[in-house]
Amino acid sequence: MWKWLHPYAKTERAYQLCITLQPWFWAGALLCLTVGTVWGLAFAPQDYQQGDSFRIIYIHVPSAILSMGTYVAMAIAALVGMVWQWRTAYMSMIAMAPIGAVMTFIALFTGAAWGKPMWGAWWVWDARLTSELILLFLYMGVIALYGAFEDKQQAGKAAGVMALVGVVNIPIIHYSVEWWNTLHQGATISKFDNPSIAPEMLWPLLINLLGFALFIGAVTTVRLRNEIVLRELHRPWVQALAKQHVEGKR
Amino acid sequence: MSLYTGIFKRDLHIAFKQKAELVQPLMFLLMVVTLFPLGVSPAPETLQRIGPGVIWIAAILSSLLAMERLFRDDFNDGALEQYMLSGMALPAISAVKVAVHWLVSFVPLLVLSPLLAMFLNLTYDMYIALMLTLLLGSPLLSLVGAIAVGLTVGLQKGGVLLALLLIPVFIPLLIFATSAVDSAALQLPYQSQLAIIAAMLLLAAALAPFAIAYSLRVSQN
Amino acid sequence: MQFESFSDFINMGGYAFYVWLSFGVTFLVMGIIAIQSYLKQSSLLKAVIVEQERKARIKKARKENTHAQ
Repeated sequence: MWKWLHPYAKTERAYQLCITLQPWFWAGALLCLTVGTVWGLAFAPQDYQQGDSFRIIYIHVPSAILSMGTYVAMAIAALVGMVWQWRTAYMSMIAMAPIGAVMTFIALFTGAAWGKPMWGAWWVWDARLTSELILLFLYMGVIALYGAFEDKQQAGKAAGVMALVGVVNIPIIHYSVEWWNTLHQGATISKFDNPSIAPEMLWPLLINLLGFALFIGAVTTVRLRNEIVLRELHRPWVQALAKQHVEGKR
Repeated sequence: MSLYTGIFKRDLHIAFKQKAELVQPLMFLLMVVTLFPLGVSPAPETLQRIGPGVIWIAAILSSLLAMERLFRDDFNDGALEQYMLSGMALPAISAVKVAVHWLVSFVPLLVLSPLLAMFLNLTYDMYIALMLTLLLGSPLLSLVGAIAVGLTVGLQKGGVLLALLLIPVFIPLLIFATSAVDSAALQLPYQSQLAIIAAMLLLAAALAPFAIAYSLRVSQN
Repeated sequence: MQFESFSDFINMGGYAFYVWLSFGVTFLVMGIIAIQSYLKQSSLLKAVIVEQERKARIKKARKENTHAQ
């Protein structure tokens, strides 16, 4: 069933795939993010309790969801690399890591900026924010481990192991932090968990979610291309590519 | 079987030859615990309140320091390569080495713990809970830690990187262990926290040796 | 449109600072990583050319050496 994927184990094919996908990802991301953001900022109703500061949700929730989604994608890439020995899988993993970390940072930053008007403090140790912070540490660990090895083949495998250890731990961390939070915060319900969200608010949220996801895809294709060029410096097709690029500039 | 017993004995022997390496993490633990009354407050109620967390955090940090030793000596004298080429099951070898490492790290901790409990004004019930959490939790630290140690053997900048990799992974253990001791302080039951730690330990005991073996193969090419 | 006027829109019901800070930093950071990725692409491809030219020079020098001998 997965035979159509097999050509992408080769770096040249993977590179071509990136080139094909890139414009679609950028176009889609731009479209969705524009529509979603404008809708959310100007046209969606304000929240009964939180007023207009609620509009931060249109960034906070998508980035939080995708920060976890990207980590899972990284772990899947690591698994593919480990089981089928595909270098391109490891390269995709490390291409995704920085953008995943950026998404996590955005979730944390917008969480804090939202929390200040809501709870009066820039930072509270609520379950969601604490879990996101730990997720950021996991990202930094994978990136740091990859950077510590000279041999990038080895680096990919090592970072892959940590990505998998991390992904197994994410549900454990989430559950334990949530439980820890109930111990220490008592009965306060997190404002981030909105029980029912009106449809006028749901649509811009979903559109932004798609927009952010496409953005992640776009940046990942660029970074994957970079990683491929870096690792395949001496291959003739890379040399030809570089010539084209430089000549195009002149 | 006697091959693995041989590794067990060898590691034990080497560990006892380097007594300084055994004692230093304990000294570190003791000193870090001492910092808290000095830096926060010596008031008994405060110490009792923060005590479980302080001891567990200090235990995690000192265990991270000691962990590097796990494969380093064998890597340096070539024994690691020999083990990997020998045809013996690498997961089993890893499990034996982690077992020795744990024994050598944990038993002194056991001896030191009444002192730490006294320094932080823990009650007797809290101390029992602390010992149980350490008993179940410290092998978990060693098993999961060894996965990351296996990956970073031979890297020069190993030390802090190891901490960066492992601290997020140890957070659930920290949460449940300190919660157990806090419950003991309030005379509440804490079997569920212990059960969760035990479950994590069993999971690690089953899977970690294979992950450690894989990590060694990755780092030793 | 949920707002009466453009200045109302900017004001965000009093929460202007927090809303615009959030949206601003978000898109700034996204822009930074996108731009950095493209800059890296440019510098990598240029580095390939530099390496290529260097190799060509070395080859040429070797040829001339053997001819001279």
